[in-house]
Amino acid sequence: MKVARRTAVLRIVGLTAVLGVALALPLIAPDPATTNIAVFTVMYIGLATAWNIMGGYTGYISLGHAAFFGFGAYTLGLLLGHLGIAGGYTAFLLVPVAGLATAVLAVGIGWFALRTRAATFVIVTIAFMFMLQLLAENLVGLTGGGAGLSFPVPPWGGDYFNTPYYYAMLGLAGLGLGISWWIRRSKFGLGLLAIRDDEDKALAVGVPTRAFKLTAFVVSATLVGMIGAVYGYYVTYIYPQFVVDPLIGISMVLMVFLGGLGTLSGPVVGALILEPAQLSLAYNFGATRLYLVLYAAVFLLVILLLPRGIVPSVTDLLTRWRSRTGPSAPAPVKVLTP
Amino acid sequence: MSLLQIENLGKRFGGVVAVDDCSLSVEEGSITGLIGPNGSGKTTVFNLVTGFIPKDTGSVRFKSKSIDGLGPDRIYGLGIGRTFQLARIFPRLTALENMLVPVRRKGLRALFSRADWGHEKLRAMEMLEFLEISHVSNTLGGALSYGQRKLLELGAVMMAEPELVLLDEPAGGVNPALLERIGDRIRRLNARGITFLLVEHNMGFVMNLCSDVVVLHRGRPIASGDPEIVRRDPAVLDAYLGA
Repeated sequence: MKVARRTAVLRIVGLTAVLGVALALPLIAPDPATTNIAVFTVMYIGLATAWNIMGGYTGYISLGHAAFFGFGAYTLGLLLGHLGIAGGYTAFLLVPVAGLATAVLAVGIGWFALRTRAATFVIVTIAFMFMLQLLAENLVGLTGGGAGLSFPVPPWGGDYFNTPYYYAMLGLAGLGLGISWWIRRSKFGLGLLAIRDDEDKALAVGVPTRAFKLTAFVVSATLVGMIGAVYGYYVTYIYPQFVVDPLIGISMVLMVFLGGLGTLSGPVVGALILEPAQLSLAYNFGATRLYLVLYAAVFLLVILLLPRGIVPSVTDLLTRWRSRTGPSAPAPVKVLTP
Repeated sequence: MSLLQIENLGKRFGGVVAVDDCSLSVEEGSITGLIGPNGSGKTTVFNLVTGFIPKDTGSVRFKSKSIDGLGPDRIYGLGIGRTFQLARIFPRLTALENMLVPVRRKGLRALFSRADWGHEKLRAMEMLEFLEISHVSNTLGGALSYGQRKLLELGAVMMAEPELVLLDEPAGGVNPALLERIGDRIRRLNARGITFLLVEHNMGFVMNLCSDVVVLHRGRPIASGDPEIVRRDPAVLDAYLGA
């Protein structure tokens, strides 16, 4: 009991500290180089967390989530353009609209893609992503095609330029984490985990697997679409191959695998490690794609050494270490009193 | 009164006739054994009744209402539970979580609230105690022994309070002591009002437990009724011993 309370206190203190640092970051380190890294890192925390709701909880590996990222970005860009909204904070208010549009798209794609399982599902999601990329390239009248689509430029600038985007990304990442946490402890989430373990068995004990999978897919895609919208506004110019980018889709997956598939904090840990590493590589070696070699290496190392990811492995280690030391160790066999 | 009525059920896989014009009924409150040689279509009947595979012909009625065309989750919701051959449980969920997955809740709000409601957990723990596996409630399913998995699967199916439970080889691959326990628990659950239809190869187990048996041969029932009488039926002996 004492141990449990101490863990709870530690957890609250830790979370508050992390939240405090996250909120105060633009004040602590206001230079644009740092805040730029912060924007992208927090963006990937959100993306990895959102992807994990589908990929981690249900075990359905989508490599096509970049489709939703790009779709969200294009939706916001087109909305701002057609409604004639100038750059400013109002643009952020339309991010949920982009999310809603992405949700509609996700229902459509999910409807088809979720008729398949395992490797077939992976391929189908990739196919949908390339279809979207092709559409963005070829519907020139709508998207501008290869010439790209521009967003209105915000009125703020200087050192402050990145800050609103940082908080928008932070808000979305927080929203994603909140939803992820809520799903994880809910009856719905338990159903998702059951699907991950044995889908037919889940169906046999009454889990409406199709509805559950589609819901998780749409929630995951909606978050990714909203993050994509903020991204588009941040970079102010988007091109089909750079927003509907397979590498964005793969990055979020890799971060989840590194941090721990199906855990709440795993995607955060994965994004915190990989994204700054990738950006610093890009700064030091120019805009080469050298980081891709690193990504491949990380992927191999994760599969070889940490197949379950960092968070589950460290948790296991801690539990073993705790049960070996001292009187504070929990009793080995404990009948649970509900 | 018959709880489950199967009429003229038929299913072929390509050229193979798995179930052929099969009609049988399960009486309310009974423990009915569905026996027959390997490949006689027993598990296919289970899969057809529970909606896992679509039937070619025939109809299934549960409590006098047709359940044709419903999916497995819907049929489960109506009160027909099933277990699988070789004990299928969720390996990366704890035993207690395994018990909570099948619990039914009404409404979206209930679905999106906490998975471990107190009274549900209490009921799950009671069931685990009844099966004598409450000491592993926090163990992951994948770490349980085969016998514990069998008991857990049986217990989990009970969590949705089904009226009819289809058991696919409840005695398969378990040691004699555990066999006794499984038989005893099935009998006690039956006394609480749950009807069972079970597929089983262990004849001693079937004869001991079942009030009725149906013998399937090449997808078609060839005998049914009291276990002692069916056992001496020449057609049954023929089906098992050759011909």
